[in-house]
Amino acid sequence: MAAAPLPEVISPIFGRLTFAALPLNEEIVVVTFIVVAILGASVLGAITYFRLWGYLWREWFTTVDHKRIGIMYMVLGLVMFLRGFADAIMMRIQQVWAFNGSEGYLNAHHYDQIFSAHGVIMIFFAAMPFITGLMNYIIPLQIGARDVAFPFLNNLSFWMTTAGAIVIMASLFVGEFAQTGWLAIPPLSGLDGSPGVGVDYYIWSLQVAGVGTTLSGINLVVTILKLRAPGMTLMKMPIFTWTGLCSNILIVATFPVLAAVLALLGLDRYLGTAFFSAEFGGNPMVYVNLIWIWGHPEVYILILPLFGAYSEITSTFCGKRLFGYSSMVYATVVITILSYIVWLHHFFTMGSGASVNSFFGITTMIISIPTGAKIFNWLFTMYRGRIRFELPMMWTVAFILTFVVGGMTGVLLAVPPADFVLHNSLFLVAHFHNVIIGGVVFGVFAAINFWWPKAFGFKMNQFWGHVSFWFWVVGYWVAFTPLYILGLMGVTRRTRVFDDPSLQIWFIIAAAGAALIAVGILALLIQVVASIVQRKSLADETGDLWDGRTLEWATSSPPPIYNFAFTPLVHDIDAWTDMKERGYKRPLDGFGPIHLPSNTGTGVIIAGLSTVLALAMVWYIWWLAALSFVAIVAVAIHHTFNYDREFDVSEAQVRETENARTLRLGQAIPGSNAGQTVPAE
Amino acid sequence: MMDRAVFPEDVEFHPAEEPHHPEGSSTMLGFWIYLMSDCLIFAVLFAVHAVFGASYAAGPAPKDIFELELVAINTAVLLLSSITFGFAMLRMHMGDKKGTLIWLGITGVFGVIFLAVEIYEFTHLISIGATPQRSAFLSSFFTLVGTHGLHVTFGTIWLVTMMVQVWKFGLIEANQRRLSCLSMFWHFLDVIWIGVFTFVYLLGVLQ
Repeated sequence: MAAAPLPEVISPIFGRLTFAALPLNEEIVVVTFIVVAILGASVLGAITYFRLWGYLWREWFTTVDHKRIGIMYMVLGLVMFLRGFADAIMMRIQQVWAFNGSEGYLNAHHYDQIFSAHGVIMIFFAAMPFITGLMNYIIPLQIGARDVAFPFLNNLSFWMTTAGAIVIMASLFVGEFAQTGWLAIPPLSGLDGSPGVGVDYYIWSLQVAGVGTTLSGINLVVTILKLRAPGMTLMKMPIFTWTGLCSNILIVATFPVLAAVLALLGLDRYLGTAFFSAEFGGNPMVYVNLIWIWGHPEVYILILPLFGAYSEITSTFCGKRLFGYSSMVYATVVITILSYIVWLHHFFTMGSGASVNSFFGITTMIISIPTGAKIFNWLFTMYRGRIRFELPMMWTVAFILTFVVGGMTGVLLAVPPADFVLHNSLFLVAHFHNVIIGGVVFGVFAAINFWWPKAFGFKMNQFWGHVSFWFWVVGYWVAFTPLYILGLMGVTRRTRVFDDPSLQIWFIIAAAGAALIAVGILALLIQVVASIVQRKSLADETGDLWDGRTLEWATSSPPPIYNFAFTPLVHDIDAWTDMKERGYKRPLDGFGPIHLPSNTGTGVIIAGLSTVLALAMVWYIWWLAALSFVAIVAVAIHHTFNYDREFDVSEAQVRETENARTLRLGQAIPGSNAGQTVPAE
Repeated sequence: MMDRAVFPEDVEFHPAEEPHHPEGSSTMLGFWIYLMSDCLIFAVLFAVHAVFGASYAAGPAPKDIFELELVAINTAVLLLSSITFGFAMLRMHMGDKKGTLIWLGITGVFGVIFLAVEIYEFTHLISIGATPQRSAFLSSFFTLVGTHGLHVTFGTIWLVTMMVQVWKFGLIEANQRRLSCLSMFWHFLDVIWIGVFTFVYLLGVLQ
């Protein structure tokens, strides 16, 4: 079954978009579409029925509050994670099925789109929104700030990321997605290799989302550098903020490279330039180098903030200051720098020679040293600590055990001669899933369980959390250990049909593992719903459920819109622990009005127009592309004519909010802050 | 733990005065970081040009197509526009609205001249068959120089917007801040052009 045919003549009105672009002949896609349409219609219908559009628009879509934007990022990440996981399950089933002469149930055209979409969605639209959402929510609170440095930009960044996600989701039902793998490497991704719209969808969804990612990177770097509470010197910043800083510096330092290289690929495809085709002096390896100069730091962009989360969780649940705070900071910085000089290990087989390969092999091995130092820091924090095995801590222990194995297979792959044998094999697939699931995904779940009570004011349901944990962790090992074994036997990645029947058993085991993970994901969703249903009995009025150590636990859960009625003054690394130990009493009087940025719909509008622009470019609808581009510029300029972007939370409102908290605190815990009463007006 | 002793027990946990972060107080740093990220896009394009600078695919080489006189004029125009923007900023700091607008206008005219010459150069090259499709060298040449030109275009649109805003609302703090950003942007494009002029045109012709 080949790709949907494209019209020979490009219509001036509809470009190359025709009814043939709807994949009506692919039953799986049609069924998926029907399910999505029904679900989507019922969600939209419910929102309309309960008259929530106005509320959503005013309180969420146009918000510039970093906390709400952070939550929206997490929702986006979760939705896209489910889509990416659906792709994974389909691949697992296909590879179990396609033995003994069977073609499986996915044709090559469909299968190739699925593995490409799986990678792109999981990295760009699941993992990135997760970490951006966490950083958005937590970092301003940890540094005692009222918001990020550029609140409007923050809203725009979120919507641009969402716009990219919409574009990639559109490819599922209109036209096709890339069949090139997640990095769309030419010449396969050139116009000759991929004449359809798939690679164009890839390029435009990433370009649109990339704008959002870069802007949010700049925003958070500036936030951390400029808006820290007084007294919080760099070496007194919480570790999560430190890793967030390094991660965002990497975003700013690498996403422009991705934008540039995708633009070059786009020029090759749209204008017929000669960058990556060999005919006119071009060279596809330039693309491979450039995209990995972005791609390798990208994996550290993902993992660093979660290293930070693990650090906060470990020290909180061991009731101790983090072992080796400074070494943790230095290790993070060293990883940040080294991540930039290891990219060539992704293609040792390019033929760059023994010297170049040795250099990159050695730098790759060196990067395991700071990472190893971090592992020891966590272990030494746990050593003689009073460990409380709450869910975040359980995920952390599972991470340490899982990640160490992934790290070691990584060092193995860093040896060029070994890599010549193992590259492009399932061993590699097992390795990066080992570190990304074991590191990033486990970290996201640890962080969600850890900070959920802060964001919503109640703890997560423990039973379903435990179910999710055990199915996930066991499921991971059952699903990916067989891939290590298959990879060592020489099975290549992205293979659709197999000849050797002796391999099938390993794929069956892997599919069973994927089924366990599916249960884990289902349990996670149930956990979320159950937590919301039981929010009364799970409520935490203290704002400091875990006996936290950093400033986000100093305010209420959920925090008021202004975060802190009074900006804290920091004296020590674990600022909140320090305050508690010295008998800090919340001030109950003397509130003042607080300046905050106003909401704006401009971000939604610009991102909506960007979606139209991207889709118009994919389908060669030039007039619409030009129109939406002009509209974007016009809306942006119009926005700059609005000079009045702040409002005041009045003193009375602040006092009312803080007095309510005082009352709740008094009921919740005798001692510490409680026993205080609201002063008479 | 040892740090503890340094502080007296009755230490303050809130500063006597709320730290004030007025809107725009972080804009300069943010804009600098944006410029550095933009610089990386140019770094990629320069690197690509370094690789493909001699991949003529039996097509025209720099010597055959570059008209250095034209490029010299353009370089002079752009460098002068940086100076005139500097004058505009000086006027701005003096609070002279009219002078600021005049110098901004002159800068904008230089920007438009630069773009006009560049468009002439591009159309001329395409008309003689030296198109971006002809060779990897020409692809990277058009992309690098064109990306710079695109930046100048947006800089000019921004400049016009700023002139309208200064004219309408005066040299208020927000406009001063925006002009400072635009000024950095404009000088940044000048610096990039010096790289283009040197590495693409001069070194190209020498090859």
